[in-house]
Amino acid sequence: MNFYDIVFYLFAALTIASAGVLVFSRNVVYSAVGLLFALSGVAGLYVLLAADFVAIVQILIYVGGILVLLLFGVMLSQKGMRVDIGTGAKQLGPAMIVVAGVLVVLFRMIMKTPWALQSVSEFEPTTNKIGVLMMTDYLIPFEIASVLLLGALVGAAFIARKD
Amino acid sequence: MAEGIGIILLKFGFILLFALGLGGLLTWVERKQSAIMQDRIGANRASIFGLRLIGLFHPLADAIKMFTKESFTPASAEKFLFTLAPAISVFFALIGFAVIPFGDKLIFGDTVVNLQVAPLNVGLLYLFAVAGLAVYGVVLGAWASRNNYAMLGGMRAAAQMISYEVALGVTIFGSIMIYQTVDLQQIVHLQGGTFWGWLPAWGIFMQPLGFILFLTVGIAETKRVPFDAPEGESEIIGYFIEYSGMGFGMYFLTDFVETVMISAITVTLFFGGWQVPYLLADGFHFPWGEVWLLNNWTVALFQIASFSLKVMFFLWLQMAIRWTLPRFRYDQILRLGWKYILPISLLNIVLTGIVIMVLK
Repeated sequence: MNFYDIVFYLFAALTIASAGVLVFSRNVVYSAVGLLFALSGVAGLYVLLAADFVAIVQILIYVGGILVLLLFGVMLSQKGMRVDIGTGAKQLGPAMIVVAGVLVVLFRMIMKTPWALQSVSEFEPTTNKIGVLMMTDYLIPFEIASVLLLGALVGAAFIARKD
Repeated sequence: MAEGIGIILLKFGFILLFALGLGGLLTWVERKQSAIMQDRIGANRASIFGLRLIGLFHPLADAIKMFTKESFTPASAEKFLFTLAPAISVFFALIGFAVIPFGDKLIFGDTVVNLQVAPLNVGLLYLFAVAGLAVYGVVLGAWASRNNYAMLGGMRAAAQMISYEVALGVTIFGSIMIYQTVDLQQIVHLQGGTFWGWLPAWGIFMQPLGFILFLTVGIAETKRVPFDAPEGESEIIGYFIEYSGMGFGMYFLTDFVETVMISAITVTLFFGGWQVPYLLADGFHFPWGEVWLLNNWTVALFQIASFSLKVMFFLWLQMAIRWTLPRFRYDQILRLGWKYILPISLLNIVLTGIVIMVLK
Protein backbone atom coordinates (compact mmCIF):
# COMPACT_ATOMS: atom_id res chain seq x y z
CA MET A 1 0.00 0.00 0.00
CA ASN A 2 1.68 3.22 -1.11
CA PHE A 3 1.03 6.83 -0.17
CA TYR A 4 -1.55 7.30 -2.93
CA ASP A 5 -3.58 4.32 -1.67
CA ILE A 6 -3.51 5.52 1.92
CA VAL A 7 -4.76 8.98 0.95
CA PHE A 8 -7.42 7.45 -1.28
CA TYR A 9 -8.76 5.22 1.50
CA LEU A 10 -8.69 8.14 3.96
CA PHE A 11 -10.84 10.27 1.67
CA ALA A 12 -13.09 7.33 0.81
CA ALA A 13 -13.61 6.53 4.49
CA LEU A 14 -14.36 10.20 5.25
CA THR A 15 -16.88 10.36 2.42
CA ILE A 16 -18.71 7.17 3.34
CA ALA A 17 -18.71 7.79 7.10
CA SER A 18 -20.11 11.30 6.73
CA ALA A 19 -22.61 10.11 4.13
CA GLY A 20 -23.75 7.67 6.82
CA VAL A 21 -24.18 10.51 9.29
CA LEU A 22 -26.10 12.45 6.64
CA VAL A 23 -28.56 9.65 6.02
CA PHE A 24 -29.05 8.30 9.54
CA SER A 25 -29.03 11.51 11.59
CA ARG A 26 -32.41 12.55 12.96
CA ASN A 27 -31.35 16.17 13.14
CA VAL A 28 -31.27 18.17 9.93
CA VAL A 29 -28.27 20.26 11.02
CA TYR A 30 -26.15 17.20 11.76
CA SER A 31 -27.18 15.91 8.33
CA ALA A 32 -25.93 19.16 6.83
CA VAL A 33 -22.60 18.79 8.63
CA GLY A 34 -22.42 15.21 7.33
CA LEU A 35 -23.05 16.49 3.82
CA LEU A 36 -20.32 19.12 4.32
CA PHE A 37 -17.72 16.43 5.03
CA ALA A 38 -19.07 14.03 2.38
CA LEU A 39 -18.82 16.67 -0.35
CA SER A 40 -15.35 17.68 0.85
CA GLY A 41 -14.27 14.03 0.75
CA VAL A 42 -15.46 13.74 -2.84
CA ALA A 43 -13.49 16.90 -3.65
CA GLY A 44 -10.42 15.18 -2.20
CA LEU A 45 -11.03 12.20 -4.50
CA TYR A 46 -11.22 14.58 -7.48
CA VAL A 47 -7.81 15.96 -6.50
CA LEU A 48 -6.41 12.42 -6.50
CA LEU A 49 -7.75 12.06 -10.06
CA ALA A 50 -5.78 15.22 -11.02
CA ALA A 51 -9.02 17.12 -11.65
CA ASP A 52 -8.06 20.14 -9.57
CA PHE A 53 -10.54 22.54 -11.16
CA VAL A 54 -13.46 20.17 -10.64
CA ALA A 55 -12.40 19.62 -7.02
CA ILE A 56 -12.27 23.34 -6.25
CA VAL A 57 -15.56 24.01 -8.02
CA GLN A 58 -17.11 21.18 -6.00
CA ILE A 59 -16.09 22.98 -2.80
CA LEU A 60 -16.94 26.42 -4.15
CA ILE A 61 -20.42 25.61 -5.47
CA TYR A 62 -21.69 22.73 -3.36
CA VAL A 63 -20.03 23.27 0.01
CA GLY A 64 -19.59 27.05 -0.07
CA GLY A 65 -22.80 27.89 -1.90
CA ILE A 66 -25.63 25.38 -2.03
CA LEU A 67 -25.10 23.84 1.41
CA VAL A 68 -24.83 27.25 3.09
CA LEU A 69 -28.06 28.32 1.40
CA LEU A 70 -29.66 25.09 2.56
CA LEU A 71 -28.62 25.73 6.17
CA PHE A 72 -29.80 29.32 5.87
CA GLY A 73 -33.16 28.15 4.54
CA VAL A 74 -33.58 25.71 7.42
CA MET A 75 -32.67 28.46 9.89
CA LEU A 76 -35.30 30.76 8.43
CA SER A 77 -38.02 28.12 8.51
CA GLN A 78 -40.63 28.30 11.24
CA LYS A 79 -39.22 25.84 13.75
CA GLY A 80 -35.68 27.14 13.48
CA MET A 81 -33.27 24.29 13.00
CA ARG A 82 -35.17 21.75 15.03
CA VAL A 83 -37.44 20.35 12.35
CA ASP A 84 -38.23 16.66 12.46
CA ILE A 85 -37.35 15.30 9.05
CA GLY A 86 -38.88 11.85 9.50
CA THR A 87 -42.09 11.17 7.55
CA GLY A 88 -45.01 9.29 9.02
CA ALA A 89 -45.67 6.73 6.33
CA LYS A 90 -43.30 3.80 6.06
CA GLN A 91 -43.39 1.93 2.73
CA LEU A 92 -41.01 -0.91 3.53
CA GLY A 93 -41.88 -3.17 0.59
CA PRO A 94 -41.57 -0.72 -2.34
CA ALA A 95 -38.50 0.87 -0.73
CA MET A 96 -36.75 -2.50 -0.56
CA ILE A 97 -37.44 -3.15 -4.25
CA VAL A 98 -36.09 0.26 -5.33
CA VAL A 99 -32.99 -0.10 -3.14
CA ALA A 100 -32.31 -3.59 -4.47
CA GLY A 101 -32.64 -2.33 -8.05
CA VAL A 102 -30.25 0.56 -7.45
CA LEU A 103 -27.81 -1.79 -5.72
CA VAL A 104 -27.76 -4.16 -8.72
CA VAL A 105 -27.15 -1.30 -11.16
CA LEU A 106 -24.39 0.20 -8.98
CA PHE A 107 -22.72 -3.17 -8.47
CA ARG A 108 -22.67 -3.88 -12.21
CA MET A 109 -21.19 -0.44 -12.83
CA ILE A 110 -18.49 -0.94 -10.18
CA MET A 111 -17.54 -4.31 -11.69
CA LYS A 112 -17.47 -3.13 -15.31
CA THR A 113 -15.64 0.22 -14.94
CA PRO A 114 -11.88 0.16 -15.61
CA TRP A 115 -10.78 2.11 -12.51
CA ALA A 116 -7.66 4.28 -12.53
CA LEU A 117 -5.46 2.90 -9.76
CA GLN A 118 -2.55 5.32 -10.12
CA SER A 119 -2.30 9.05 -9.74
CA VAL A 120 -0.82 10.96 -12.64
CA SER A 121 2.64 12.17 -11.67
CA GLU A 122 2.36 15.64 -13.22
CA PHE A 123 -0.65 17.87 -12.61
CA GLU A 124 -1.57 19.85 -15.70
CA PRO A 125 -3.56 23.07 -15.35
CA THR A 126 -7.09 22.28 -16.51
CA THR A 127 -8.83 25.62 -15.87
CA ASN A 128 -7.82 27.21 -19.16
CA LYS A 129 -8.85 24.19 -21.25
CA ILE A 130 -12.23 23.91 -19.54
CA GLY A 131 -12.83 27.62 -20.10
CA VAL A 132 -11.93 27.44 -23.78
CA LEU A 133 -14.11 24.34 -24.33
CA MET A 134 -17.06 26.06 -22.65
CA MET A 135 -16.77 29.03 -24.96
CA THR A 136 -16.30 26.94 -28.14
CA ASP A 137 -17.50 23.31 -28.35
CA TYR A 138 -19.99 23.46 -25.48
CA LEU A 139 -21.24 27.00 -25.97
CA ILE A 140 -24.90 26.05 -26.53
CA PRO A 141 -25.31 23.87 -23.40
CA PHE A 142 -23.50 26.59 -21.45
CA GLU A 143 -25.84 29.30 -22.72
CA ILE A 144 -28.92 27.14 -22.12
CA ALA A 145 -27.81 26.60 -18.52
CA SER A 146 -27.30 30.37 -18.12
CA VAL A 147 -30.77 31.14 -19.46
CA LEU A 148 -32.27 28.49 -17.16
CA LEU A 149 -30.53 30.03 -14.15
CA LEU A 150 -31.64 33.50 -15.18
CA GLY A 151 -35.22 32.22 -15.43
CA ALA A 152 -34.95 30.72 -11.95
CA LEU A 153 -33.59 34.03 -10.63
CA VAL A 154 -36.39 36.07 -12.14
CA GLY A 155 -38.95 33.56 -10.89
CA ALA A 156 -37.54 33.68 -7.35
CA ALA A 157 -37.62 37.48 -7.38
CA PHE A 158 -41.22 37.37 -8.66
CA ILE A 159 -42.37 35.02 -5.90
CA ALA A 160 -40.52 36.96 -3.19
CA ARG A 161 -41.77 40.43 -4.16
CA LYS A 162 -43.96 42.44 -1.80
CA ASP A 163 -47.56 43.31 -2.69
CA MET B 1 15.68 18.17 -7.04
CA ALA B 2 12.19 18.08 -5.63
CA GLU B 3 11.38 19.43 -2.21
CA GLY B 4 11.49 16.94 0.64
CA ILE B 5 8.74 16.62 3.20
CA GLY B 6 10.96 18.44 5.72
CA ILE B 7 11.11 21.59 3.60
CA ILE B 8 7.36 21.53 3.06
CA LEU B 9 6.83 21.25 6.82
CA LEU B 10 9.24 24.16 7.38
CA LYS B 11 7.33 26.36 4.92
CA PHE B 12 4.09 25.27 6.55
CA GLY B 13 5.45 26.24 9.96
CA PHE B 14 6.63 29.59 8.64
CA ILE B 15 3.30 30.63 7.15
CA LEU B 16 1.39 29.32 10.19
CA LEU B 17 3.62 31.37 12.50
CA PHE B 18 3.21 34.33 10.15
CA ALA B 19 -0.60 34.15 10.26
CA LEU B 20 -0.99 33.34 13.95
CA GLY B 21 1.81 35.70 14.99
CA LEU B 22 0.34 38.63 13.09
CA GLY B 23 -3.16 37.65 14.25
CA GLY B 24 -1.99 37.69 17.88
CA LEU B 25 -0.08 40.91 17.39
CA LEU B 26 -3.21 42.50 15.94
CA THR B 27 -4.87 42.36 19.38
CA TRP B 28 -2.10 44.67 20.53
CA VAL B 29 -2.34 46.84 17.40
CA GLU B 30 -6.09 47.11 17.88
CA ARG B 31 -5.65 48.43 21.42
CA LYS B 32 -2.74 50.73 20.70
CA GLN B 33 -3.94 52.11 17.38
CA SER B 34 -7.42 52.83 18.72
CA ALA B 35 -5.78 54.46 21.72
CA ILE B 36 -3.66 56.71 19.52
CA MET B 37 -6.63 57.56 17.32
CA GLN B 38 -8.74 58.45 20.36
CA ASP B 39 -5.95 60.31 22.18
CA ARG B 40 -5.60 57.72 24.94
CA ILE B 41 -2.56 55.77 26.17
CA GLY B 42 -3.96 52.28 25.72
CA ALA B 43 -3.10 48.98 27.38
CA ASN B 44 0.40 49.15 28.89
CA ARG B 45 0.23 47.35 32.25
CA ALA B 46 1.26 43.79 31.41
CA SER B 47 4.91 43.42 32.38
CA ILE B 48 7.60 40.81 32.81
CA PHE B 49 10.05 41.76 35.62
CA GLY B 50 8.88 45.35 35.37
CA LEU B 51 9.55 45.46 31.63
CA ARG B 52 6.47 46.83 29.89
CA LEU B 53 7.62 47.28 26.28
CA ILE B 54 4.70 49.58 25.31
CA GLY B 55 2.16 46.90 26.17
CA LEU B 56 3.57 44.23 23.86
CA PHE B 57 3.07 41.56 26.54
CA HIS B 58 -0.69 42.03 26.44
CA PRO B 59 -1.29 39.50 23.62
CA LEU B 60 0.66 36.98 25.70
CA ALA B 61 -1.38 37.77 28.80
CA ASP B 62 -4.54 37.49 26.69
CA ALA B 63 -3.55 34.07 25.43
CA ILE B 64 -2.80 32.78 28.95
CA LYS B 65 -6.10 34.18 30.17
CA MET B 66 -8.08 32.56 27.32
CA PHE B 67 -6.42 29.18 27.87
CA THR B 68 -6.91 29.08 31.62
CA LYS B 69 -10.47 30.42 31.82
CA GLU B 70 -13.31 27.98 32.22
CA SER B 71 -14.86 26.97 28.91
CA PHE B 72 -18.51 26.80 29.86
CA THR B 73 -21.02 24.80 27.83
CA PRO B 74 -24.68 25.71 28.40
CA ALA B 75 -26.83 22.77 29.49
CA SER B 76 -29.18 23.11 26.51
CA ALA B 77 -26.42 23.47 23.89
CA GLU B 78 -25.66 20.82 21.29
CA LYS B 79 -22.43 19.65 22.95
CA PHE B 80 -20.70 18.17 19.92
CA LEU B 81 -21.23 21.03 17.48
CA PHE B 82 -20.82 23.63 20.23
CA THR B 83 -17.29 22.35 20.84
CA LEU B 84 -16.47 21.79 17.18
CA ALA B 85 -17.72 25.08 15.71
CA PRO B 86 -14.93 27.44 16.91
CA ALA B 87 -12.33 24.97 15.67
CA ILE B 88 -14.02 24.84 12.24
CA SER B 89 -13.97 28.63 12.22
CA VAL B 90 -10.20 28.89 12.87
CA PHE B 91 -9.45 25.97 10.55
CA PHE B 92 -11.08 27.55 7.51
CA ALA B 93 -9.47 30.89 8.31
CA LEU B 94 -5.99 29.33 8.39
CA ILE B 95 -5.98 26.91 5.44
CA GLY B 96 -6.20 29.75 2.92
CA PHE B 97 -2.59 30.70 3.70
CA ALA B 98 -1.39 27.49 2.04
CA VAL B 99 -1.57 29.05 -1.43
CA ILE B 100 -0.24 32.54 -0.63
CA PRO B 101 3.22 32.96 -2.21
CA PHE B 102 5.52 34.81 0.20
CA GLY B 103 8.65 34.74 -1.97
CA ASP B 104 10.00 33.52 -5.28
CA LYS B 105 12.62 30.77 -5.24
CA LEU B 106 15.24 29.93 -2.66
CA ILE B 107 18.20 27.90 -3.95
CA PHE B 108 19.45 25.62 -1.23
CA GLY B 109 22.36 23.53 -2.46
CA ASP B 110 20.84 21.70 -5.42
CA THR B 111 17.27 22.04 -4.10
CA VAL B 112 15.05 24.82 -5.45
CA VAL B 113 12.50 25.80 -2.83
CA ASN B 114 9.33 27.45 -4.08
CA LEU B 115 8.33 29.89 -1.32
CA GLN B 116 4.66 28.88 -1.29
CA VAL B 117 3.32 25.97 0.75
CA ALA B 118 0.96 24.53 -1.88
CA PRO B 119 1.69 25.60 -5.49
CA LEU B 120 -1.85 25.01 -6.76
CA ASN B 121 -2.82 25.68 -10.37
CA VAL B 122 -6.18 26.88 -9.09
CA GLY B 123 -4.88 28.91 -6.16
CA LEU B 124 -7.19 31.87 -6.58
CA LEU B 125 -10.29 29.68 -6.87
CA TYR B 126 -9.12 27.78 -3.80
CA LEU B 127 -9.04 31.06 -1.87
CA PHE B 128 -12.64 31.77 -2.86
CA ALA B 129 -13.73 28.30 -1.86
CA VAL B 130 -12.08 28.73 1.54
CA ALA B 131 -13.57 32.20 2.00
CA GLY B 132 -16.99 30.70 1.33
CA LEU B 133 -16.48 28.08 4.02
CA ALA B 134 -15.77 30.65 6.75
CA VAL B 135 -19.49 31.00 7.36
CA TYR B 136 -19.83 27.43 8.70
CA GLY B 137 -18.03 28.05 11.99
CA VAL B 138 -20.30 31.02 12.67
CA VAL B 139 -23.62 29.46 11.66
CA LEU B 140 -22.99 26.12 13.37
CA GLY B 141 -21.74 27.78 16.55
CA ALA B 142 -24.76 30.08 16.59
CA TRP B 143 -27.15 27.17 16.15
CA ALA B 144 -25.42 24.88 18.65
CA SER B 145 -25.62 27.55 21.36
CA ARG B 146 -29.43 27.31 21.42
CA ASN B 147 -29.64 30.97 22.23
CA ASN B 148 -31.93 33.32 20.33
CA TYR B 149 -29.40 36.14 20.26
CA ALA B 150 -26.75 33.78 18.94
CA MET B 151 -29.25 32.60 16.34
CA LEU B 152 -29.93 36.17 15.21
CA GLY B 153 -26.20 36.75 14.88
CA GLY B 154 -25.79 33.52 12.95
CA MET B 155 -28.56 34.44 10.51
CA ARG B 156 -27.12 37.89 9.98
CA ALA B 157 -23.70 36.36 9.39
CA ALA B 158 -25.06 33.83 6.91
CA ALA B 159 -26.96 36.45 4.89
CA GLN B 160 -24.06 38.89 4.92
CA MET B 161 -21.40 36.37 4.01
CA ILE B 162 -23.41 34.72 1.22
CA SER B 163 -24.11 38.14 -0.31
CA TYR B 164 -20.53 39.31 -0.12
CA GLU B 165 -19.12 36.00 -1.28
CA VAL B 166 -20.86 36.52 -4.62
CA ALA B 167 -19.42 40.03 -4.87
CA LEU B 168 -15.98 38.76 -3.79
CA GLY B 169 -15.87 36.42 -6.77
CA VAL B 170 -17.02 39.05 -9.23
CA THR B 171 -14.62 41.79 -8.03
CA ILE B 172 -11.52 39.91 -9.06
CA PHE B 173 -12.69 38.61 -12.44
CA GLY B 174 -10.99 41.70 -13.85
CA SER B 175 -7.63 40.56 -12.49
CA ILE B 176 -8.14 37.03 -13.83
CA MET B 177 -8.96 38.49 -17.26
CA ILE B 178 -5.73 40.51 -17.29
CA TYR B 179 -3.39 37.78 -16.00
CA GLN B 180 -5.15 34.90 -17.79
CA THR B 181 -4.30 32.56 -14.92
CA VAL B 182 -5.55 31.60 -11.47
CA ASP B 183 -2.15 30.43 -10.25
CA LEU B 184 -1.16 32.94 -7.55
CA GLN B 185 2.60 32.50 -7.93
CA GLN B 186 2.23 33.22 -11.65
CA ILE B 187 0.04 36.26 -10.97
CA VAL B 188 2.79 37.66 -8.75
CA HIS B 189 5.42 36.91 -11.40
CA LEU B 190 3.37 38.80 -14.01
CA GLN B 191 3.45 41.87 -11.75
CA GLY B 192 7.25 41.91 -11.90
CA GLY B 193 8.00 44.33 -14.73
CA THR B 194 7.53 48.07 -14.99
CA PHE B 195 5.32 50.42 -17.01
CA TRP B 196 7.26 53.03 -19.02
CA GLY B 197 10.43 51.84 -17.35
CA TRP B 198 9.75 53.26 -13.90
CA LEU B 199 6.25 52.45 -12.55
CA PRO B 200 6.07 48.94 -10.98
CA ALA B 201 3.56 46.83 -12.96
CA TRP B 202 1.40 46.13 -9.93
CA GLY B 203 -2.20 45.06 -10.27
CA ILE B 204 -3.59 48.25 -8.75
CA PHE B 205 -2.53 50.29 -11.79
CA MET B 206 -4.52 47.97 -14.05
CA GLN B 207 -7.47 47.35 -11.71
CA PRO B 208 -7.92 50.45 -9.54
CA LEU B 209 -11.70 49.95 -9.34
CA GLY B 210 -11.27 46.23 -8.73
CA PHE B 211 -8.92 46.98 -5.84
CA ILE B 212 -11.31 49.33 -4.04
CA LEU B 213 -14.23 46.93 -4.51
CA PHE B 214 -12.18 43.93 -3.39
CA LEU B 215 -10.92 45.64 -0.25
CA THR B 216 -14.48 46.69 0.69
CA VAL B 217 -15.84 43.20 0.16
CA GLY B 218 -12.86 41.71 1.96
CA ILE B 219 -13.43 43.85 5.03
CA ALA B 220 -17.10 42.82 4.96
CA GLU B 221 -16.03 39.16 4.91
CA THR B 222 -13.98 39.60 8.10
CA LYS B 223 -17.20 40.61 9.94
CA ARG B 224 -15.44 43.48 11.71
CA VAL B 225 -16.65 47.07 12.15
CA PRO B 226 -18.22 48.64 10.03
CA PHE B 227 -19.61 45.29 8.84
CA ASP B 228 -19.97 43.66 12.25
CA ALA B 229 -23.76 43.24 12.26
CA PRO B 230 -23.40 39.49 13.11
CA GLU B 231 -21.60 40.56 16.27
CA GLY B 232 -23.15 43.95 17.01
CA GLU B 233 -22.10 43.97 20.66
CA SER B 234 -24.40 46.86 21.53
CA GLU B 235 -27.47 45.12 20.05
CA ILE B 236 -27.30 41.33 20.13
CA ILE B 237 -23.74 40.47 21.27
CA GLY B 238 -23.73 38.01 18.44
CA TYR B 239 -23.15 34.46 17.42
CA PHE B 240 -20.55 33.78 20.14
CA ILE B 241 -22.70 35.01 23.03
CA GLU B 242 -22.56 31.63 24.83
CA TYR B 243 -18.85 31.07 24.32
CA SER B 244 -16.30 31.59 27.03
CA GLY B 245 -12.62 30.75 27.48
CA MET B 246 -10.84 29.39 24.45
CA GLY B 247 -14.07 28.88 22.49
CA PHE B 248 -14.50 32.64 22.46
CA GLY B 249 -10.75 33.01 21.99
CA MET B 250 -10.91 31.02 18.76
CA TYR B 251 -13.73 33.15 17.31
CA PHE B 252 -11.82 36.24 18.37
CA LEU B 253 -8.66 34.95 16.69
CA THR B 254 -10.57 33.99 13.52
CA ASP B 255 -11.52 37.60 12.86
CA PHE B 256 -7.92 38.73 13.19
CA VAL B 257 -6.55 35.88 11.08
CA GLU B 258 -9.13 36.74 8.40
CA THR B 259 -7.93 40.34 8.54
CA VAL B 260 -4.39 39.10 7.85
CA MET B 261 -5.77 36.87 5.08
CA ILE B 262 -7.56 39.76 3.34
CA SER B 263 -4.37 41.84 3.54
CA ALA B 264 -2.35 38.96 2.06
CA ILE B 265 -4.78 38.45 -0.84
CA THR B 266 -4.94 42.21 -1.54
CA VAL B 267 -1.15 42.40 -1.62
CA THR B 268 -0.88 39.32 -3.84
CA LEU B 269 -3.46 40.46 -6.39
CA PHE B 270 -3.00 44.22 -6.46
CA PHE B 271 0.36 45.14 -4.91
CA GLY B 272 2.78 42.74 -6.52
CA GLY B 273 2.89 40.14 -3.72
CA TRP B 274 6.55 39.63 -2.81
CA GLN B 275 7.81 41.84 -5.68
CA VAL B 276 10.17 44.64 -4.73
CA PRO B 277 10.24 47.47 -7.31
CA TYR B 278 13.22 47.06 -9.71
CA LEU B 279 14.41 43.87 -7.94
CA LEU B 280 14.92 41.04 -10.42
CA ALA B 281 16.16 37.53 -9.66
CA ASP B 282 19.81 38.67 -9.72
CA GLY B 283 19.57 42.04 -7.98
CA PHE B 284 18.32 45.60 -8.33
CA HIS B 285 18.07 47.14 -11.81
CA PHE B 286 17.19 50.78 -11.31
CA PRO B 287 15.49 52.82 -14.06
CA TRP B 288 18.49 55.18 -14.21
CA GLY B 289 20.70 52.27 -15.27
CA GLU B 290 22.43 51.47 -12.00
CA VAL B 291 22.65 47.75 -11.16
CA TRP B 292 23.28 46.20 -7.74
CA LEU B 293 23.90 42.48 -8.01
CA LEU B 294 22.71 40.41 -5.04
CA ASN B 295 22.86 36.70 -4.30
CA ASN B 296 19.80 34.48 -4.18
CA TRP B 297 19.42 34.48 -0.38
CA THR B 298 19.49 38.27 -0.11
CA VAL B 299 16.91 38.55 -2.89
CA ALA B 300 14.65 36.02 -1.14
CA LEU B 301 14.99 37.92 2.15
CA PHE B 302 14.09 41.17 0.39
CA GLN B 303 11.02 39.50 -1.12
CA ILE B 304 9.79 38.02 2.17
CA ALA B 305 10.37 41.36 3.90
CA SER B 306 8.54 43.18 1.09
CA PHE B 307 5.56 40.83 1.34
CA SER B 308 5.42 41.17 5.14
CA LEU B 309 5.68 44.96 5.05
CA LYS B 310 2.91 45.28 2.47
CA VAL B 311 0.69 42.95 4.51
CA MET B 312 1.36 45.03 7.61
CA PHE B 313 0.47 48.21 5.74
CA PHE B 314 -2.95 46.77 4.88
CA LEU B 315 -3.41 45.60 8.45
CA TRP B 316 -2.83 49.18 9.53
CA LEU B 317 -5.27 50.43 6.90
CA GLN B 318 -7.97 47.98 7.98
CA MET B 319 -7.48 48.97 11.61
CA ALA B 320 -7.73 52.65 10.69
CA ILE B 321 -11.00 51.95 8.84
CA ARG B 322 -12.30 49.86 11.72
CA TRP B 323 -11.76 52.65 14.24
CA THR B 324 -13.04 55.41 11.94
CA LEU B 325 -16.42 54.20 10.70
CA PRO B 326 -19.46 53.36 12.84
CA ARG B 327 -21.34 50.11 12.31
CA PHE B 328 -23.62 50.01 9.27
CA ARG B 329 -27.19 48.97 9.81
CA TYR B 330 -27.95 45.43 8.72
CA ASP B 331 -30.14 46.38 5.74
CA GLN B 332 -27.54 48.97 4.68
CA ILE B 333 -24.90 46.25 4.54
CA LEU B 334 -27.02 44.03 2.30
CA ARG B 335 -28.09 46.95 0.09
CA LEU B 336 -24.46 48.01 -0.34
CA GLY B 337 -23.53 44.46 -1.31
CA TRP B 338 -26.27 43.70 -3.80
CA LYS B 339 -27.25 47.08 -5.20
CA TYR B 340 -23.93 48.91 -5.40
CA ILE B 341 -20.88 46.65 -5.19
CA LEU B 342 -22.20 43.82 -7.37
CA PRO B 343 -23.34 46.02 -10.32
CA ILE B 344 -20.14 48.10 -10.16
CA SER B 345 -18.05 44.91 -10.17
CA LEU B 346 -19.96 43.70 -13.25
CA LEU B 347 -19.26 47.08 -14.86
CA ASN B 348 -15.59 46.60 -13.97
CA ILE B 349 -15.58 43.31 -15.88
CA VAL B 350 -17.08 44.97 -18.97
CA LEU B 351 -14.62 47.90 -18.78
CA THR B 352 -11.66 45.54 -18.37
CA GLY B 353 -12.86 43.52 -21.36
CA ILE B 354 -13.16 46.65 -23.53
CA VAL B 355 -9.69 47.89 -22.52
CA ILE B 356 -8.15 44.48 -23.26
CA MET B 357 -9.86 44.42 -26.68
CA VAL B 358 -8.71 47.96 -27.53
CA LEU B 359 -5.10 47.30 -26.48
CA LYS B 360 -5.00 44.13 -28.57
